Amino acid sequence: MSDVIIAEGVGKTYRLGEQTTAYNLMRERIVQAFKAPFAARPRAAEQFWALKDVSFTVGSAEVVGLIGKNGAGKSTLLKILSRITEPAEGRIDLHGKVSSLLEVGIGFHPELSGRENVYLNGAILGMSRREIRRKFDEIVDFAEIAKFLDTPVKRYSSGMYVRLAFAVAAHLEPDILIVDEVLAVGDSAFQQKCLGKMRDIRSEGRTVIVVSHNMSTVSALCQRVIWLSDGRVKAAGDAQAIIRQYLSEGVENDFVWTPRHGILSAFEYHSVSVESGDPSGPGEGFAANAPIDVVFDFSIHDKFPPGRIEMRLLTDAGDLLLTSTSADPTGQLNHEWKRGRQQFRCRIPADFLMPGRYFVTITEPYGAYDIPRENVLAFSVTEEGSLAARDQRGGKIAPLLQWALTDAGTDIPPRK
Amino acid sequence: MHTIIKPRHGLAQLNLAEVWQARELLGFLAWRDITVRYKQTSIGVLWAFIRPFLTMVIFTVVFGRIAKLPSDHVPYAVLTFTALLPWQFFSTAFADAANAVVGNGYMITKIYFPRLILPLASIAVGIVDFLVSFVILIFMMIGYRMTPTLRMLALPLFFALCLVFTIGLGLWTASLYVKYRDMRHLIPFVTQFGMFVSPVAFSSSIVPAKWRFLYSLNPMVAVIDGFRWSLLGTTRLYLPSIIAGTVMSVVLVVTGVYYFKQTERVFADVM
Repeated sequence: MSDVIIAEGVGKTYRLGEQTTAYNLMRERIVQAFKAPFAARPRAAEQFWALKDVSFTVGSAEVVGLIGKNGAGKSTLLKILSRITEPAEGRIDLHGKVSSLLEVGIGFHPELSGRENVYLNGAILGMSRREIRRKFDEIVDFAEIAKFLDTPVKRYSSGMYVRLAFAVAAHLEPDILIVDEVLAVGDSAFQQKCLGKMRDIRSEGRTVIVVSHNMSTVSALCQRVIWLSDGRVKAAGDAQAIIRQYLSEGVENDFVWTPRHGILSAFEYHSVSVESGDPSGPGEGFAANAPIDVVFDFSIHDKFPPGRIEMRLLTDAGDLLLTSTSADPTGQLNHEWKRGRQQFRCRIPADFLMPGRYFVTITEPYGAYDIPRENVLAFSVTEEGSLAARDQRGGKIAPLLQWALTDAGTDIPPRK
Repeated sequence: MHTIIKPRHGLAQLNLAEVWQARELLGFLAWRDITVRYKQTSIGVLWAFIRPFLTMVIFTVVFGRIAKLPSDHVPYAVLTFTALLPWQFFSTAFADAANAVVGNGYMITKIYFPRLILPLASIAVGIVDFLVSFVILIFMMIGYRMTPTLRMLALPLFFALCLVFTIGLGLWTASLYVKYRDMRHLIPFVTQFGMFVSPVAFSSSIVPAKWRFLYSLNPMVAVIDGFRWSLLGTTRLYLPSIIAGTVMSVVLVVTGVYYFKQTERVFADVM
C-alpha cells in the first residue's frame, strides 16, 4: 500500500485581530505612507499558529478521520488539503485527483432549476460536462427528485435541496476525497444512504479524509484517526483506540467558554458557561435531579437585526439530543435585541438528562448568519439522584413525565 | 496526477494551463449569470436590446439635438451607438469582473478552482451582451442605408484592444477589492466618470490638438475612435492614440494577471 497523502511539517499562521477589521481601509495605508514614508510595514500584528508541525501520511484506499475540539485546527488543515488556503510552511504531496466537500451545493442558485444546478454544481466540483451528462440519471435517482427536475430550487424543501446537493457530490470520482461533516444533513434515512455511499467509495479503492464531531460516524467509517489538539497532531493510529482515548481524556469538562477572537460584529460574547443548581457544585459532574443552566453573557453594541442564540445539546457520541433557541419563549423564530450588556439563562430542567457526558454547541449571531461555535462546553451528569439510573432505564433522555390519574367515578362492585 | 501544496515565495507562477483546463467551468459560470439575469423578468432577453437603445436615444437628443455637437457627417444616433457598443461592454464587464471575487466569496472559502475563472467569466458575459447589441447596430446601419467598407475587417482588432484593457483593469480592481473595500465606491466612479472623459457621447475631433495625446492615454479613446473609423469611416485614425492605448492595455493586463495570482493565495483568509 503506497502513501497517497504525505504531509510534512505543515504550519499556518493567522494574524490575531485580523478578524476585527475584516478588511483594510485604504485610507489607513495612505495616511501611513504619508506619516512615515520609509517605515517598512504597519506594526506587525501578533501571529497565532492555527497549525504547527503537522506531519502524517495516508495510504491509498484508507479512510481516515480527523478529530479534535473546535479550534484545534481541523478546518484549517482541511482548507489547506483542499488548496483553498496556503500553508505558511511545510509541504503536502497528494497523489491522485483530489475533490473536497467542505459544503454541499456550492454555487447552487435559487433561481435555477434542479437540472441546471446539477450541471453548475458538478462543474464547480470539477466534473466535465460529459461526465455530468453520463451520471445525470443516476444523480437524479439518488436524490429522489425526478418530478421536480425543472422547478427552481428555491421552491424545494430543505430536504430536497440537500438531497440534490449531496447527490451531485456523491457522484464525484476522485482518488482522494476530503469531506467535512456533510454527512450531518437530511433525515436519518437519507443519512444512512450517504453512509452507504461513503462505504462504497472506500470499497472502490479511494482514499477519504473525513472530519466529524460525530464519534459514532467516525468509528463506523474510519480505520485510522488523526487527533488534532491546539494545532498539532496529538495522536494518530487505530480509530477505536484513539476515539476511546479522545472521549475519555481529550475533552475535559469545560464549564466556561470565552471567545478567543475580538469582536466580530455588533454582537459580542463575554462568556458562555454552564451552572448547576446542585449546591455541592460541579465536582465530578452535575446531579441529575438538579436543574442545569447554560448562561450566555453578551453585549449588543449597535443596532442589530432580529435573530437568536441557538443552543444544541449533544451526547458524547456526537449525536444531537436537542436544540433550543433564545426565541423559544416568544414562540417566534427570531426576536429583537436591545443594546447593552445582558444575560440569557437557558434552563435544562432537573430530572431530564440521562447520566453521561454532554457537549454544548452554541451559535453566535452575525448579521444574517449564525456562526456555530462547536462543543464549547462539556459537562457530565452523574447518577446521583437519577431515578433512571436507579431503575436502569433505557432511552436517550430521562424526564419525569406527568402521569395524571382520573377517577371515572363508577364504582365497580367487588367480585364475588 | 501529483499535486504539491507548499507556500509560494517570490513571483507567482502563472499556471495558465490550469485556467485553460477549467474553461468549462468558466462557461457554466457565465451561463449562470446570463440565465439568472433574465429569469425573473417578464420580457427577458429583450432587456439586452432595450438598455443600449434607450441610452443611444437619450445621448442623441441631449448631445446631438440640444447641445448640437458635431456629428462628423453621420447620423448622431449612429455616432453614439458605435461608441456605446465598446463602452457598455467595458463598463459592465469591468464592474462585474471587479466584483467577481468579492461577490463569489462564499465559493472561494469553500472550494478550490482557478480563481482567475471568476473575473474572466464576468467578462465572458459582457461579450455575449456585446454581440446582442451589435445586432442592433447592424439594423441601424441598414435603416440609415450605410454600407460598411473593408475597414470593418479591422473591428475585431479594436475589440481585442478593448477586451485586453477591460481584463487588465478588471483583474487589478478585483484583487484590490478583496483587501480594500473602498473599491466599492471607486468602481461606479470609473464607469460613470469614465464615460464623460471618453468620446462616447461626442466625437474625439472636438478635443483640442494640444490635449490630444494626453487624452489618448485612456485606451478607450483608441477603442472608440477605432470602432468609428472601421464602421463609419469618418473619424481619422490618430496613430499615437492607438500606440498609447495598446501599450497601456498590455501593461495593465500583464501586471494585472501577476498581481491577481500574487494576491489570490490570501483571498480565502481575508474574505
